[in-house]
Amino acid sequence: MSKLIDHYPDADGHFGPYGGRFVAETLMEPLEELRVAYEQCRTDPRFLAEFDYDLKHYVGRPSPLYFAARWTRKLGGAKIYLKREDLNHTGAHKVNNTVGQALLAQRMGKTRIIAETGAGQHGVASATVAARLGLECVVYMGAEDVQRQALNVYRMRLLGATVVPVTSGSKTLKDALNEAMRDWVTHVDNTFYIIGTVAGPHPYPAMVRDFQAVIGREARAQIHEAEGRLPDALVACVGGGSNAIGLFYPFLDDEGVAMYGVEGGGEGVASGRHAAPLCAGRPGVLHGNRTYLMEDDDGQIIETHSISAGLDYPGVGPEHAWLKDSGRAQYVNATDDEALAAFHELTRIEGIMPALESSHALAYAKKLAPTLREDRLIIVNLSGRGDKDIHTVAALEGIEV
Amino acid sequence: MSRIQARCAQLREAGSTALIPYITAGDPSPAATVPLLHALVNGGADIIELGVPFSDPMADGPVIQAACERALAHHVSLQQVLDMVREFRAQDSVTPVVLMGYLNPVEVMGYERFAAAAAAAGVDGVLSVDLPPEEGHDLLTALRAHGLDPIFLLAPTSTPERVRTICAAASGFVYYVSLKGVTGAATLDVAAVADKVRMIRAHTDLPIGVGFGIRDGASAARVAQVADAVVVGSALVQRIADSAAQGQDINAAAAALIGDMRRAMDEV
Repeated sequence: MSKLIDHYPDADGHFGPYGGRFVAETLMEPLEELRVAYEQCRTDPRFLAEFDYDLKHYVGRPSPLYFAARWTRKLGGAKIYLKREDLNHTGAHKVNNTVGQALLAQRMGKTRIIAETGAGQHGVASATVAARLGLECVVYMGAEDVQRQALNVYRMRLLGATVVPVTSGSKTLKDALNEAMRDWVTHVDNTFYIIGTVAGPHPYPAMVRDFQAVIGREARAQIHEAEGRLPDALVACVGGGSNAIGLFYPFLDDEGVAMYGVEGGGEGVASGRHAAPLCAGRPGVLHGNRTYLMEDDDGQIIETHSISAGLDYPGVGPEHAWLKDSGRAQYVNATDDEALAAFHELTRIEGIMPALESSHALAYAKKLAPTLREDRLIIVNLSGRGDKDIHTVAALEGIEV
Repeated sequence: MSRIQARCAQLREAGSTALIPYITAGDPSPAATVPLLHALVNGGADIIELGVPFSDPMADGPVIQAACERALAHHVSLQQVLDMVREFRAQDSVTPVVLMGYLNPVEVMGYERFAAAAAAAGVDGVLSVDLPPEEGHDLLTALRAHGLDPIFLLAPTSTPERVRTICAAASGFVYYVSLKGVTGAATLDVAAVADKVRMIRAHTDLPIGVGFGIRDGASAARVAQVADAVVVGSALVQRIADSAAQGQDINAAAAALIGDMRRAMDEV
């Protein structure tokens, strides 16, 4: 186990100066109840066995670690392995967390699930587990994202969820999160709020990380099996940062393993139209935690831009903020155009269509691999599949699907 | 004794309940705010809560969200809100003003700089909705050093232990949120509020304000029977928005609503 596992977050959910619990008083006690319930579950062998069973038989884990031989040859450098979270049930890493939180909701006797969603992957993953457990499900989604991700909206509705378009603010993920918090504070007695990323008030960042850490635990065992050693670098995209922390976490104490979190560079960080708070933001308080934010000089949160709805968020998980400051992980960005190029390249060279979110990680791997020797190993988290993005990609090419 | 403490003591002696209206600074326009503050005082306000607009008002319902958006369309900053208070103070040196908002604009300004500037502008108390006392040490230290009262929310979900913690950190008054929900929510259960206020009183001598769900004279009067102060926000902000939309005098409309509440509370 990682040494950091014992230390972070502290008892009040702090990762150094980040994290914590910055919410209105009404939610303080419900968050404490959640923390206590989660603390009991995370060491309860029965809960863990149930979680493992569902990951294996319902999600389809372990997900493969695939050696992208042809892409590796083309790039001419380090060997690239893809952690295939795109092959999970519902098509992304998000379901690892929703399975865990739904089991917890059931234990706590909650009958109603709410969730926020950006690209719709977390909404679909929440609607999926709610359907399976017979729980009512309401998903908040920015009105702009409802337009961009029509396919996932329909999937959620097929699964029996109510999708509520959020028209306040910038009409994207941050506003969906605000609205979900408002719902939770109003229906806190019967409702469990499944946050989809490693942000929000304590205990969410730690809890979601723990549920997603299965990615890194598997990858560690799989790379040992394939190569007999640890990788040299890990690469993952970072919106809120749940797939990245899931991959990074079990490697944190392995000093030789470099970690790269890739933010949404939008039209380029210099343009101001991006979603890269770790690259170009500064610390502040939003959505229940202190972390890096995109904000103006008055402390107002500014609108972000990314081709990928799942990265279009002005904050980031507090543990990433801490990993950045401590220097343990590096945070870089890939632009819309770079991500799109990587999307096409992987599709044509490996026959794998990645989500636009994951395409940002691929875009950085494309730059990194040729700079490393051929005996070096890179693991890229292929966090989701690209079916949901086909309309976006087609529209950019002027094609109506 | 702070201006808030003096005002509360004076009302307690007179056997009167404080009326605390809330407006969002800069709504509907930056120039409207100072005249509105004076109108509220003329209507019968004892203390004023002045909202600092924020882009992501998580604890607020649609009415105050819309007010924040209107104010931010004019780029109203925390510094401008302080300037408004300074301008108000030039003509009113007695009515306490509490700033209510979210932590991030204060973080950006810096705690010490904010506390010094707020005190210099004539602010009396600060309520940061998303800052529980557990996270508030540094800001509380700065506020107290500058003679500002930290105001905190209490909720239906607050346990007796939390009530003690919060009351120990608070000064001036505490603000009991009458229901689980966001600002502007509909129903108000006065019997349940009375029970909770009784529980809070067992832990503190601070005056107890009650807000959320108070929309007119009748609901204000019912809450006034159990609380030391009645807070009205969304109903007032909506009244101002409606009269602005209809081209009416917003100062008269705001003063009329506050006047109705004042009279209903005093008749009880």
